[in-house]
Order: sequence, then structure tokens, then C-alpha cells
Amino acid sequence: MQTTIANLKKGEKAIIKDFDADIIPLKLLEMGCLPGNTVELLQIAPFGDPLYLDINGSHLAIRMETARDIQVDRIKK
Amino acid sequence: MSKENINVALIGNPNTGKTSVFNQLTGLNQQVGNYPGITVEKKVGFCKLSNNINANVIDLPGTYSLNASSADENVVIELLLNKKDKLFPDVIVVVSEVENLKRNLLLFTQIKDLEIPTILVINMIDRMELKGISLDIPFLEEQLNTKIELVSSRKNVGFEELKSLITSYKTISTEPCLNASSIDDEYFDNLRKTFPNQSLYKLWLVITQDVNFVDLNRKTLKNQSFTKTDSELKKLQQKETIKRYQFINDILKIGHKINSASATDLRSKLDRVLTHKFWGYLIFFFILFGIFQSIFEWSKIPMDIIDHAFANLSSLANKFLPPGSFTNLIAQGIIPGIGGILIFIPQITFLFLFISVLEESGYMSRVVFLMDKIMRKFGLSGKSIVPLISGTACAIPAIMATRNIENWKERLITILVTPFTTCSARLPVYAIIIGLVIPDKFVFGFLNLQGLTLMFLYLLGFGMAIFSAYILHKVLKLNCKTFFVVEMPNYKLPMLKNVLINVIEKTKAFVFGAGKIILSISIVLWFLASNGPTKNFSDADAIITSKTENSSLTKVELKNKVASYKLENSYIGIMGKSIEPAISPLGYDWKIGIAIISSFAAREVFVGTLATIYSVGGSDNEATIKNKMAAEVHPETGIKIFNFASGISLLLFYAFAMQCASTLAVVKKETNSWKWPLGQLIFMSAFAYFVALITYQILK
Repeated sequence: MQTTIANLKKGEKAIIKDFDADIIPLKLLEMGCLPGNTVELLQIAPFGDPLYLDINGSHLAIRMETARDIQVDRIKK
Repeated sequence: MSKENINVALIGNPNTGKTSVFNQLTGLNQQVGNYPGITVEKKVGFCKLSNNINANVIDLPGTYSLNASSADENVVIELLLNKKDKLFPDVIVVVSEVENLKRNLLLFTQIKDLEIPTILVINMIDRMELKGISLDIPFLEEQLNTKIELVSSRKNVGFEELKSLITSYKTISTEPCLNASSIDDEYFDNLRKTFPNQSLYKLWLVITQDVNFVDLNRKTLKNQSFTKTDSELKKLQQKETIKRYQFINDILKIGHKINSASATDLRSKLDRVLTHKFWGYLIFFFILFGIFQSIFEWSKIPMDIIDHAFANLSSLANKFLPPGSFTNLIAQGIIPGIGGILIFIPQITFLFLFISVLEESGYMSRVVFLMDKIMRKFGLSGKSIVPLISGTACAIPAIMATRNIENWKERLITILVTPFTTCSARLPVYAIIIGLVIPDKFVFGFLNLQGLTLMFLYLLGFGMAIFSAYILHKVLKLNCKTFFVVEMPNYKLPMLKNVLINVIEKTKAFVFGAGKIILSISIVLWFLASNGPTKNFSDADAIITSKTENSSLTKVELKNKVASYKLENSYIGIMGKSIEPAISPLGYDWKIGIAIISSFAAREVFVGTLATIYSVGGSDNEATIKNKMAAEVHPETGIKIFNFASGISLLLFYAFAMQCASTLAVVKKETNSWKWPLGQLIFMSAFAYFVALITYQILK
């Protein structure tokens, strides 16, 4: 099921799909946010933003606006 | 046998414990300075590797990759690409951490492409068992084409082995561990043919980064027939990163195993509480509250001791040195000047202690996460929290800490408002004035009224910072493509050694940095106060004696009269008197005026200046500065100079005014323009003046 990281629920896992080099900053890639990797939404900050993710073992937080640009496929439990 | 000296560069991702490895290798043999022309901190330590090999260990700023996006990261590239640099490493030690090996190895594979002998250190191996991790070291060494050393800086394991490994650096391979140029063979072949004498990866870095070298100019590199557009280059960088991760994933699948059954999860439990929408904020508030109460309470005794010690030292110098202007310079200029610096030490130490514990433990990232959305409403970033909190120690490192804010507008606003936070240089000013005008009483049995006032001043500083950020957010029209990413490191118990070294280093830097300014200003002030341009100064004895012939004054009273008459007619007295009309509506006399003017070099000069002025003015050297200030009365009205109204007015003036030349210099460096620091100076100081004016007029 295709969606973006922004639409995941707390505790949900998904696989990152291919994305455009011009939208996603290189630094995010370098921190492990790569196509094919698993992402899990660990926590949502109070007021709904930013999102605390576990991407392939890397723990990082990104803002909603970046999360909306990252297409993912939900993994059904 | 001749001694050999080699350069060892330590490099690694943030949060891998790189600095603890550095501390373990070098102990207190460290020197902290700045890289020439920029404010990035440069740490070099000294380590004896064996009987005949010594090493200069360079602790490079933490970075996630060699694709630089900040001044800190540029330093890393520039050092590693410039063979002529006198710190150019003979061997590189990449520090990684056992739990984030995958991400850490990205940097390692890039470094490996530089063709310098490279050792991989895997830190925090004490956590391996806890997390159920096992490593196949021979396999990893073979695949990565390097030597690996497992260490634990917490348990002090593996460092002797690391030292002997560094000693044998000549045996370590300089070959890359993967062929990254296969992402675009044609392009890289062309590059190789055109510049046959350069390393390919170095060419690639120079093309994609904003760095220049004498022997390699970006322009000539980019003006080749086979050049690529920026967007194509960006795509290639992305391909490169993916390629590197593929390689890392493949080898870690075999060489790094996690038995997840034995993984305990303290992290997610702590996260749930510390980033909770209610408990998270409450805990953060209590931590801040605790810090400020304890800084004031715990520092009180050592500060009093230092204050008295220097007052005694002054009177001893007066007693035992032969009288004359040299003794006066020591007893009235230098000793009170040094005392004015050293009195900061307790409070600064506590502040740096708390900040470094918060950072080391991993809690600071949670605060960034918790505060980001709120801070954004004011044009700031969650990451602005770190500068705003460390601004309570000193605005200079705080402004440098804004570098990891990706968005330029958010970063600029953070830089502009940080000087409103209550830095430690304001503390002694606050401490002495609060001590004079706020009663030392307890409310509700446990809250110290003076502590509360101090807390209020801190909140006022934060409040003003946030408020002006909001105004700037609305006024500044800057369009920046923004993205935000912050690593959420594991929680760690802070290591005592790291915290202590950090505190000692920061305190030392502060005392010597500020010390030079304070000391020279005290000496200049002493000179200006002990000399005068007219006969009124030199003939003070005769003038006062003839004036008071008919009144029956004791010897001491007469001496005091002469001294204060002299001070009024000295250079400094004349200067002070000339500005008195501007500051008397604020409730200040000309002596405070002098202190305020000299404070524009650095706020902390305030207390030292008053100390010098009062020491020259009075004959009684045993009294502390505070007692002298308390005793000052207005010569005409007989009202105390430091009363409630003038005291509050002074507190507010110091809370808002931009009185720090060093901060202005750093802002100029970081924003690359005089426009912003000058704006700060004028706006903040004018605002301070009007607030102080209104306050005094209402309260008097």
C-alpha cells in the first residue's frame, strides 16, 4: 500500500520507495534514508511534528514537510 | 635513537564517542585553539605511542560524511586533502560505534578512498553483549581492507592495543575498499585522464564541494568538455551514497549479527516519558529550574571566599610592599582586576557541568525533538534550544553551535537573539546587585528570594530572545528551502572523565579569554583614576585642607575627602561626570556610568571596574567590593546609590544591552557581514536604555 512517511501511524513499518535526488537532501540519504530500507515510526512529537523514525537501525527525527516527500510502502502486520 | 613524530587524525560521526577516545589517548595533554580565519574549534592532543614514537592527535569535528554542508565539515576535508598542511595525518583513525556501525561505515569508505593509511576503531564494545551483537572481525578487516581495533572508552579497554596499531601504521593498506567510480565509468575515466597526477576521489570531492586548493582549482575542474550540471552531479552523489551503502549492507550481513531476543529496550521506555506531551515538558522545566537554583545556591560560598580572599590580598599588598605608585597599581589595579575574573569560576563551572551532562547523556536531542514545533512558530528551530541553553554559559560558543541548523533564516534568527540569554558574564553583575537590593529571605520556606530573582532574569532573557525572534520572523523576508534532521542517539551515562575535561577546558578558555580583557581594562582604569589633567587633582590635599580648616574632621575623614575629591578630578572622573546627565535619569551616578561604558568591551568588567574605582576612591582596603558598594551614598541627597529602583534598573539594563565585543566579532564572522552585529548593538542597547529609564522613573 503506497503512502508517505507522513501518513504512517505510531509503530507502523514501511519500505522506502525510489525518490528524486532533487527533493531529498543528500544528508538524509547519508544518514541511512535509502530506497529499499525499512522505516518505523517510533514517536510523534507533541503537536504532531517532527517525527521520530528508526530507519534501518538509524534513529533520527525529521519534520513533517520532509516526511511528506518520502514515498513508502506499508508493511502489513 | 631519533624520536619520530607522527600526526594522527581522529574522525567519526557525532555521538560515536570520538571525543572520549581522544581523551583516553591524550588525557589532559590537549590544546584547544581555532582554525585560522574561522571559529571552528581545533583540538590537538599529545600522546606517547612507544619509546621512540610520539603522536600529535587531532580531534576533527564530528561529521556524517565527506560531503560537507557546514564550516565544521569543511575543516575535515581541507585538512585531509591538503598534503602541505603541517597537521596532515600520517594515519587516520575512524571512530565508529558498535550499534550504528552501518551508518558509521559510510564515512569510513569515503575516507578509505583518500588513500591514507586508515584504522577502524569500533567503540562501546561494552554494549555488545547487552544488545546481542556479534562481530566477525577477520572478515570485516579483509572486506574493508584495514585493521580494526575494538575499544571501550568507558571501561578503558583496547587502548594499549590501539596505540601499538597506530605505531605500525606503515603496514596498513592505503587501497580503497570499494570501487565507487563505477557509478559513471565514462565520466571518471575522463577525469582520470585529464588529471593523471591527482587522486580520483580528491578530484571528485573538489568538484562537488566548495573547497579550493593551490594545486587544484574548482573552475578549471568544472570547465572541462565532459563536465556535468549541478543537478547531474547531485544525482551522481546520490548514486555514490547508495552504492557505498550497498557494499556496507552486503558485508555487515555476514560480519555483524544481532540476536534481537537479548536486546533490552531502555531507550524506547525513556523516550516515551521524556518526549511525552505532558511529562516531557514538565521534566524539561524541572531540569532547567534545578540548574538555575543550584548555580546560585552552590556557588555562593566559593564566590564569597574568593571575594574575601582578594580583598585581604589587596590589603596585604598595601601593608608589605613599599608605598608608591607600583604598589598602588598592584593593590588597586591588578589584584581587584584578577579577583573580578576568578569570582566567576564557581558559577561557570557549574553551568558548563550541567550543559555537558545534558549533551553527553543524549537528552539534548530529545529536547530538540520536543521543542521543534513550538520553536518554529517563533522562526526558530528545535535545534535553537542548544544555542539558547548554552548561551547561558557564553554567547560565543552558543553562536558557533548554531551551525548545525540547516535553514539559514532559522539560523540567522538564532544568532541574532542568542545574546539576550543570560550569559555567565552577566551573572556576577546580577549576583552583586541582587545581593545589594533584594533581601536574602525565603518564600514558602524553601524558595530563596534572591534565587527567584535570578531565575526571573533568566526567564526574562529567554522571553526576550523568543519575542524578538518572533518579530524578526515576521520582518525578515528570506526564502530558504528547509529540511531538518536530527540524530536521536542512545541514552548514555555521561563519562566523568569527558565531563571533567570539557568543564576544565571551557572554564580555562573563558578565564584566560575574558581575563586578558578584564585585566587590561582594570589597569587602564586604574591609571585613568590615579591621574588627572588639572591642578585640582595634584593639589587635592591642599585644596581640601584649606576648605575644611574650620570643621573638626578626624584624620580618616579628611583622608577620605581628599581621595574622593581626587577621583572626581581624575581623567576617569571627568569622563564619568560628562556622561552623568545621560544616565542620571536611569538612577546611576558617574561611577556606575564608567562601569557601564567599560562594560561594552565585556559585561563582566562591571564588577572589576567598580572594584578598581572604589579601591582608588577609598582608603579602606579591607572591605569587600560588595560592602563598599552598599555604603555608597549620593553626595547631595544622601540616598544610597544602590537602592531598589536603581538596582532593578541596572539589572534590566544588563539583561538587554549588547555589551560584548567578542560576541559582535563572532556574529560578524558567522554572518559574514557587519550589518547584523551592528544592528544587534544599536537595537539591544537602545532598548536596554529605555527599559531602564522607564523602570527607574516608575520605581523611584
